[in-house]
Amino acid sequence: MGEVLVLVEQSDGAVKKVTTELLTLARSLGEPSAVWIGPGYSDAAAAVLAEFGAQTVYVAGDEAHAAHPVAPGAEVLAHLVGMKAPVAVLVASSADGKETAGRLAVRINSGVITDAVAISADLVATQSVFGGSTVVHSTVTSGTPIFTVRPNSTPPVAGAGAAVRSDVAIELSDAAKKATVTGSTVATKGGRPELAEAAIVVSGGRGVGSTEGFAVIEALADSLHAAVGASRAATDAGWYPHQYQVGQTGKTVSPQLYIANGISGAIQHRAGMQTSKTIIVVNKDAEAPIFELADYGVVGDLFAVVPQLTDEIGKRSA
Amino acid sequence: MKIAVCVKQVPDTWAEKKLRVDDSTLDRDAADGVMNELDEYAVEEALRLGEAHGAEVTIVTMGPDRAAETIRKALSMGADAGVHLVDDALHGSDALATSYALAEVLGGRGFDLIIFGSESTDARMSVVPAMVAERLGVAQLTFAQKVDLDGTSLTIERVTDSGFDTVSATLPVVLSVVEKINEPRYPSFKGIMAAKKKPVETLSVSDAGLDAAKLGASAAWSSVVDFAARPPKAAGIVVVDEGAGGVNIAEFLTDQKFI
Repeated sequence: MGEVLVLVEQSDGAVKKVTTELLTLARSLGEPSAVWIGPGYSDAAAAVLAEFGAQTVYVAGDEAHAAHPVAPGAEVLAHLVGMKAPVAVLVASSADGKETAGRLAVRINSGVITDAVAISADLVATQSVFGGSTVVHSTVTSGTPIFTVRPNSTPPVAGAGAAVRSDVAIELSDAAKKATVTGSTVATKGGRPELAEAAIVVSGGRGVGSTEGFAVIEALADSLHAAVGASRAATDAGWYPHQYQVGQTGKTVSPQLYIANGISGAIQHRAGMQTSKTIIVVNKDAEAPIFELADYGVVGDLFAVVPQLTDEIGKRSA
Repeated sequence: MKIAVCVKQVPDTWAEKKLRVDDSTLDRDAADGVMNELDEYAVEEALRLGEAHGAEVTIVTMGPDRAAETIRKALSMGADAGVHLVDDALHGSDALATSYALAEVLGGRGFDLIIFGSESTDARMSVVPAMVAERLGVAQLTFAQKVDLDGTSLTIERVTDSGFDTVSATLPVVLSVVEKINEPRYPSFKGIMAAKKKPVETLSVSDAGLDAAKLGASAAWSSVVDFAARPPKAAGIVVVDEGAGGVNIAEFLTDQKFI
């Protein structure tokens, strides 16, 4: 079987869940090899990559690779594509991942398909476009196929791999070193899962009414170990930080469970969440279009319904 | 300083978007065309940088005839000149071809700063700014929520999943911006009148010295096999809260094994 390169996404040296999803998907396409960029590779990371089937782990561990955004990953992958002739390259559909895939596509003159939600054994990708209203199947017709894959598309399933370490030392191009990362600021609140990766997302919109109102949304999220999202109305009003916006101009999420509170469901918002597997809606307006997406909806005041739900989850989980 | 802003005309953000049955490309006639919303922030940032540091702002677009409306809008906001790459041979170009065409048009014009919106609201790939940076061999500062220009040194806050990274480079730079960065101005009446007199250069594929073999649907590096409207979602259960709405949801979640 041919080799499939999977670019590892990590946070402070810990392998992100999306990488375990990509390794699982890669096993259906060929033999997965993980690619680690920058310092911080550890036995713990190796163990996770092995658990999900990485036979080889290419480690480009030079400090310089982490000091510059995006371009080093593309250059390491381009080097490996040249050496190993893989059947495909899989990258997570994060901002960094998509840009890395884009630069790689230019470097190796190969086609790239972004935001795949599935890839068949013959490398046909499924995409859910226009906010989930259209399903497209497409293929790369030139070069080594590069896919970026949405988080939460493939349930991670363990499958033993050897995770044999193979160090990669390449000299970055001058162009790759022109932008330099000088600092990193963490603004994530309270240890919740990341929005794009979370299995459950609890969101608030115009109906939440204020910054203080988001306390009930956060409480429900914490009872379910969920991420918090917000509609554009709420982020534009300054009630919740911008990076939590779900929608056409924010993040696209596809969790197992999405709970929309006080959100009317304009296309702007639906485009970011309507491929969620199960959708719960709480809104006092029975005519709100978001109810069209609801698997279960309650017409009512979110400040009555949501705290009651949080309490009830507490009782049932106790 | 010379600033280019790359803008794209897209279907109205609020419209339902469709693919054409004949060639699987976006049906641009099915909805009104507007300037990609995120590009308005790019134009605004260019104008602000120009006001603070002195710059000529050129709007660059690639698209059919009516994409000229988008250039005109940016000129009425205050930009100085436009470049419109328009040719039937461009129809169906994918991101790689688009980045090739843009890089060819932008390169050699001496721009210190090339600004994009961080993604288009139609294709939503978010790859063209990075591809253009790669092709031009210049620094990539993308997903900026804040920009600080000090002489020839540009520093941005790059939005990440967990917060932001501070990233710096020396001009020339390819920059992309997110909507948090500013509040785009509306064109004034005076601006709209002034825009009518501003120069817009129209380029065909051959005018721009592009290789037509690298452009359009036939040259695309990927192709659509088929597409279909997503089947409508089966109607769910909707109840009116009569005091137990929260408990009702908890029961549903228990049935679905979420709790």
